[in-house]
Amino acid sequence: MQEEILLQMKGIDKKFPGVLALNGVDFTLRKGEIHALMGENGAGKSTLIKVLTGVYQKDGGEISLEGQNVSIKSPQDAQNKGISTVYQEITLCPNLTVAENMFIGRENGSWIKRKEREKRADEILGGLGIPARSTQQLGDCSLAVQQMVAIARAVDMNCKVLILDEPTSSLDDKEVNMLFDLMRDLKSKGVGIIFVTHFLEQVYEVSDRITVLRNGELVGEYPVEKLPRVELVSKMMGKDLDELSTLGEHEEKKTIVNDVLYEAEGLSSSEAQPFDFSIRRGEVNGFTGLLGSGRSESVRAIFGADKVNGGTVKIKGEQVKVTKPIDAMKHGIGYLAEDRKRDGIIAELSVRENIILALQVMNGMFKPISRSEQEAFADEYIKVLNIKTASRETPVGSLSGGNQQKVILARWLLTHPDYLILDEPTRGIDVGTKLEIQKLVLKLAEEGVSVTFISSEVEEMLRTCSRLIVMRDRRIVGELKGKDLNQTQVMKTIAGGEA
Amino acid sequence: MKNPFGKRKEPLTDTQLLMTITIGIFVVMYILAMTLLGGGFLHAQQIFDMLNDNASLIIVSCGLTIVMIGGGIDISVGAVTSLVVMSCVLYLNNGGNVFVSILLALGIGLAFGLVQGFLISYLEIQPFIVTLAGMFFARGMTTILSVNPQKVDHAAFAKVRDTQIVIPWLGYTAKNGNLVPARIELGVIVALICVAFIFVLLKYLRLGRNFYAMGGNQTSALMLGINVKRTRFFSYILSGLLSGISGFVFMMHTGAGNATNAAGMEMNAIASSIIGGTLLTGGVGNVIGTFFGTMTLTTIKKIVVSSGLNDPWWQSITTGGMLCFFILLQSVVLGRRSKKKKS
Repeated sequence: MQEEILLQMKGIDKKFPGVLALNGVDFTLRKGEIHALMGENGAGKSTLIKVLTGVYQKDGGEISLEGQNVSIKSPQDAQNKGISTVYQEITLCPNLTVAENMFIGRENGSWIKRKEREKRADEILGGLGIPARSTQQLGDCSLAVQQMVAIARAVDMNCKVLILDEPTSSLDDKEVNMLFDLMRDLKSKGVGIIFVTHFLEQVYEVSDRITVLRNGELVGEYPVEKLPRVELVSKMMGKDLDELSTLGEHEEKKTIVNDVLYEAEGLSSSEAQPFDFSIRRGEVNGFTGLLGSGRSESVRAIFGADKVNGGTVKIKGEQVKVTKPIDAMKHGIGYLAEDRKRDGIIAELSVRENIILALQVMNGMFKPISRSEQEAFADEYIKVLNIKTASRETPVGSLSGGNQQKVILARWLLTHPDYLILDEPTRGIDVGTKLEIQKLVLKLAEEGVSVTFISSEVEEMLRTCSRLIVMRDRRIVGELKGKDLNQTQVMKTIAGGEA
Repeated sequence: MKNPFGKRKEPLTDTQLLMTITIGIFVVMYILAMTLLGGGFLHAQQIFDMLNDNASLIIVSCGLTIVMIGGGIDISVGAVTSLVVMSCVLYLNNGGNVFVSILLALGIGLAFGLVQGFLISYLEIQPFIVTLAGMFFARGMTTILSVNPQKVDHAAFAKVRDTQIVIPWLGYTAKNGNLVPARIELGVIVALICVAFIFVLLKYLRLGRNFYAMGGNQTSALMLGINVKRTRFFSYILSGLLSGISGFVFMMHTGAGNATNAAGMEMNAIASSIIGGTLLTGGVGNVIGTFFGTMTLTTIKKIVVSSGLNDPWWQSITTGGMLCFFILLQSVVLGRRSKKKKS
């Protein structure tokens, strides 16, 4: 590995209204290295990438490229300076040929030189060992090849710094290997590669160094061989292992022995790999894992939110078909979605209208709920859940995040579900409301409702769940209960591997 | 494209595939009409009549194809054509000059293109809304200019109008024994030049390829370094200009202005583009296909009339059916393709 420094970012600050997204972050990229940039949600890695590619302007700090101070004004400017990005969503045009995609937008002159382009494109593709022909329509190539064409374009634009943003999310194992070979080839040619991913295995397979960010701050930069997986996970999550072992014990949760309420075998969806899962009456369990490990995708499959591909589902011992959300609702399953703004609230409607939504859907449109009933329901839940709103007719969009979340909870509670799935119910809400929601979950469980709880905060899950299902790289890799329910064990299971 | 029927190294692109289907269907349909209906279909003049009657439709369809490839829509084209016709007729009747009237036609088209293009590209207003407003505006202006039909009374213009290319050997002998030579109007030549010009633009010029990129994926086009706003602006300018040309050609064909001129032309132009293999979603299409799209549409109408279904609604019904058929065909063909790719 060469030690020549290619790119240096020093003390980068980036403020957004109300948030300090990056706080004095340093990042160094050397020539011919693959450098993984890691961090959980909100860690600031995408902000850092956007500052580097000119999408955002930094509020403080310095960037130097090959020893020269530079200021990057726009994505175009970044490309001209030799900083190229290949995104997860391929930013090429599927209706054009491979050659056109490699050259469009960066040539002068009114006429295009088709033959010349195609010859040059074939040379580049051949040189990099990319299995595509210049005259192919890009849309006819596999996603992996499309991504490689994007990389080839970047390489031909003399890129010195190549940023790969989650490049492997939609590729299969074989394609990932093809991409890695290309990355290693580029590395040997002296290109510095910033590799953003949430797949731990892949980080350890190709990277030379790892930089970890957390909450907009630099945690550290480590050579890959000096950072065991468990430590990486603990650094990303912000818990020191030593600190963890001395941390006070949580009250040990009793394992629930009631009847099984819901049981899935080999359940899979368009987004989730097949998995087995079950929950007992009155049990609170949770899916844990890093961002992108497949925890949300799994619960979405349970609710039928994505296209269900296979598997058998038993509810209360009877085999049933749950392929659409309405099926799940009819069987007493409620689901509070991860992204409350997109999948949860309807901001323009009032608190009352949002609360009665799910019940109305289940009743069907020919059995309207009378206005007085609606008002009674709304008032009841506003009181029970302590929703802070001016009145029941206030549009939900004007409520605080925590109160919006309570409104959605009320919506599901009103349907009296047997089984409630809560995906990140406490994200972005204040501590007080978080505790209220945790208490509510436990209370519901006492009343016999089963709850699956997902949270990025392990502690929160340990407080509420009596069983944790651990996922890594889209697979269930472990199940923890009883004594094993502690932070150290959770992190070790998430990290997996030998380390 | 030197030898479209020879052995190709690559499978056809979506654009080429859809265009080939259209041309194939047109040829098959025409041959069927010749064998089953005979009559007019056996004479070359039938094709020339179709061209003479539809020269201006072909021209606006070219403009619409450009806009649709770029992922937009322009429904003002018919009304602008009508406004151009009425303006030029009145100008000529008030002692205007033919050359200046051509400039007037181009000017009106350009003005609509500039304003609509600016609103759509730089102020980012929905193209449907902007051009709908443009359509009402142009229709209203036409009626203000004259409620009554106006016939052109202008010697120099009459000369231009009556200029025809006569091809005796493609003619036929009428029932009374006279030889009727084949006639092609000047407007058809203009239309064919437009088709050729746009074809070259879309295939060989940077601007043309940028239209495809923009329609294929706007975000990508931006990331690839294309000035998307300017590219979109140009697509509407071209569409406006072609509407201007179309207006003049329309006037050369009819020799009169009428507030209801070119009514519904925008819809026929959209239909021609779609039948010709242009996708409403953008990124795929070709003017050669559009040309055959117009011809297919016209042939269908002729067949309907020749079959004795003279009532005007039969034409609408068959056009509607045809459009559905082509859209279905396109989605089936493209759907099969993407399935094959995945397996």
